[in-house]
Amino acid sequence: MPSRKLIVDGKEIEADDGLTLLQACEMAGAEIPRFCYHERLSVAGNCRMCLVEWVGAPKPQASCALQVRDIFPNKDGTPAKINTKGQYVRKAREGVMEFLLINHPLDCPICDQGGECDLQDQAMGYGRAAFHRFNENKRAVEDKYMGPLVKTIMTRCIQCTRCVRFATEVAGVPDLGATGRGEDMEITTYLEKAFASELSGNVVDLCPVGALTSKPYAFNARPWELRKTESIDVMDAQGCNIRVDARGPAVLRVLPRLNEEINEEWISDKARHACDGLMRQRLDRPYVRKSGKLQPATWGEAFAVVAARVAETAPERMAAVVGDLAAAEEIKALKDLMTALGAAHLDCRQDGSKLVPGARPSYLFNATIAGVEAADAILLVGCNPRWEAPVLNARIRKAWLGGNLKIANIGPAVDLTYPVEQLGDALEGLANGSHAFAQTLKDAKRPMLILGPAALARRDGAAVLRMAAKIAADTGIIGPAGSAEEGGWNGFNVLHTAASRVAALDLGFVRGRDVAGIVDGAQKGEIDFLYLLGADEFDVGHLGRAFVVYQGSHGDAGAHNADVVLPGAAYTEKDGLYANFEGRVQRGRRATFPPGEAKEDWAILRALSDVLGKRLPYDTLEQLRAALVADAPHFARLGEAPVHSGADAAMWADVGSEGALEPGAAFGHAIADYYLTNPIARASVTMAECSRVFVAGAHKMAAE
Amino acid sequence: MSLRRLSPDQPASFAFKPEHGPRIKREVAKYPPGRQASAVIALLRLGQEQEGWVSKPMIEEIGRILSMPYIRVLEVATFYTMFNLEPVGEHLVQVCTTTPCWLRGSDDVVAACKKHIAPKPHTVSADGKFSWMEVECLGACVNAPMLQIGKDFYEDLDGPKTEALLEAFRRGETPKPGAGNGRHTSEPEGGALTLKDPKLYDGGYSRKTNGGGDEGATDAEAKRPTQGASDRDAPVQKPPGAAT
Repeated sequence: MPSRKLIVDGKEIEADDGLTLLQACEMAGAEIPRFCYHERLSVAGNCRMCLVEWVGAPKPQASCALQVRDIFPNKDGTPAKINTKGQYVRKAREGVMEFLLINHPLDCPICDQGGECDLQDQAMGYGRAAFHRFNENKRAVEDKYMGPLVKTIMTRCIQCTRCVRFATEVAGVPDLGATGRGEDMEITTYLEKAFASELSGNVVDLCPVGALTSKPYAFNARPWELRKTESIDVMDAQGCNIRVDARGPAVLRVLPRLNEEINEEWISDKARHACDGLMRQRLDRPYVRKSGKLQPATWGEAFAVVAARVAETAPERMAAVVGDLAAAEEIKALKDLMTALGAAHLDCRQDGSKLVPGARPSYLFNATIAGVEAADAILLVGCNPRWEAPVLNARIRKAWLGGNLKIANIGPAVDLTYPVEQLGDALEGLANGSHAFAQTLKDAKRPMLILGPAALARRDGAAVLRMAAKIAADTGIIGPAGSAEEGGWNGFNVLHTAASRVAALDLGFVRGRDVAGIVDGAQKGEIDFLYLLGADEFDVGHLGRAFVVYQGSHGDAGAHNADVVLPGAAYTEKDGLYANFEGRVQRGRRATFPPGEAKEDWAILRALSDVLGKRLPYDTLEQLRAALVADAPHFARLGEAPVHSGADAAMWADVGSEGALEPGAAFGHAIADYYLTNPIARASVTMAECSRVFVAGAHKMAAE
Repeated sequence: MSLRRLSPDQPASFAFKPEHGPRIKREVAKYPPGRQASAVIALLRLGQEQEGWVSKPMIEEIGRILSMPYIRVLEVATFYTMFNLEPVGEHLVQVCTTTPCWLRGSDDVVAACKKHIAPKPHTVSADGKFSWMEVECLGACVNAPMLQIGKDFYEDLDGPKTEALLEAFRRGETPKPGAGNGRHTSEPEGGALTLKDPKLYDGGYSRKTNGGGDEGATDAEAKRPTQGASDRDAPVQKPPGAAT
């Protein structure tokens, strides 16, 4: 890209023509104040705070809206001089600040943004506190309703329109807009409709002032009181990077952390707002079922009951199921314990997915999340990324906005915020190449296939998987090794919804009967002992006379039907490794301690193993991790997505199993209600309210 | 300018009249495919011509026609003050109150509207025949003060004349638009005061400046600008018959 020289504050730099002057100034190390400008949104240029001096220009220039290519050199050929400091710039910005503050209320002491407010911070630098010359009344604006997550105090709005641009461009839900004009301009949704996006919470982060704040977090805390812990989200399988803000024993809020490869700087509403569920419905002491009722017990009593039962159960009548939120350490510990006991049936696929451990690329999102932006054709099979991974969906939308991306869907039609060609029942047609979209995939340079949980959970899921692998191999979705510049393109992607799933498959937590087989066996009296590690998402109410141990954090379906309840830690209360659907291993960190007598899950399993006489060979988390890495070496490579460049043709021929598709079988919805997919979310009042407004409300509207 | 919100009283539905179909097509066709949202102002205007004001069902219908989110249509409708967001009377009276009209007595015109229509603007009169509003300059300052009813200007008004005008409309008459004090368009009141010299028009001045007529001038000389033309930047218009 052509570039040109600039002299910024006396320092000569070479900037690309495509950059804005603001970016060029930042390259030179200058700090430019701004309200409306945001790297991930289109340029609006309406706050004027980023004014700089272009020596020779008649007026100060808004650096965010001026491109480097428009800055011509001086008449004598020397590079243009830009000043970001000095009296001239200072005076200009002070003038802008004075105008911004004319109508901004002086309610910082009661404003939730206080302490992390751009306007507050920049007013410290550019405010003219010494005098004021506006003696008229300040403007007052009615507050707007934007749903259960975003609280509005619109008098504070400075009309930067970041939220409008976010809703339109990133979230793809053009619900927000600016009505009226001049002093009467207002940000609003269309006639007080809730802002119906799974990413709506991000406008709170974007708002540079306190106009849009978090409704559930309102008046809870000041930012400087909070203990900040960098961790990983487990509400979906994307592994979004989060910061957990806690005070005392309570997690008060969750914020996104920047990670360009995974979530950029967005997180979903569930990741952000399900945290109030961490304080409700908690299991804080062991329980044992006595005469039909769960009674509080001590750890020793609970372990003794489990040990007595294990002693009288034959190993082939034992089963264990791993839930969706488990970290890799406890999956490893449970597997080791169950192996030591000889338990015959292990499963981690609560949704009934037909994926099997083995070749890692067969169950990973091989193209990587950032790789989505390179794709030029995407085939969705039985997946709804908007609910299954909202931040990934924003990435697909970004790729679609960026250019020539064709997206087709096999499965129920849903609004994914970008146009999708509905192919109907075309899987077999694509597999034998007769369907027109097969040619589109072949013609594409970087075609991609995303196989969702709804496809894999069908009874013929293994055949669907085989067929998808065949489509991928035939249409160049899995390119030959080293075909592309980066060392091969592999667009075969499996989308998971459970944060624990990839780690559990990596560790081979699949043996004997699957979950449906376990439930069936329990009903028929063929399974006598069942260990649930936070597993609530399958039919736990119909386990016959089997003895059920539930280890987990919340009193959800699993605990209600258990005979022994062992209280564990939620994801914010333990250090743990999580592999996201790309296979990228990341470390979550403890922000608070588990409540009451609850313990970290691996430690519970370690203590139980001692009572059962099968002591696990690790006493610390570090030793456990060493054992984990010995099993699966990639758990030592934190933060890296595996590179599966190119393809091992033999491996792909072996994925899934041969078989005809069930005639007329439809792809259903993997998730019935986005806001209520796990025990933490179901315990959250905020998520319940979101479900009522967005999911039940939408159904009601559709019914009308 | 005041806060612009949709009216609390909204009709149940809105549809463009079938005869507007071709015009909608024509407006949309002015823009390249995929840019049909650019026709939003034209369609809002067409809707306002049909109904008199812009209603919520109209905004949604236009959003559907142009495949754009309703909020985008609402943004445009609330931005431009010439879209009426409240129901209007059969005759919409727009009174100019910008400086020239105000200096010439638009306060009296406003007072007449308040008395005869409704005490507040944007309110339909009791008989449903009128509503009035203040508007910015309508570009007829030379005939100030003035107001617009429907598409017609009524000019050179004062209080009593405005009242008479409104009375006439109320009776179902349509008074003649234009200057209200007998003059023709914007001619001076009571007849012309300047440029009265008949010699201006019978060629007398023309002969004098050209030194005895232009009969002998050749074509080329006639086309060459005179010194006077250079000074004034425009040639003197020849009165009719000056060439003979």
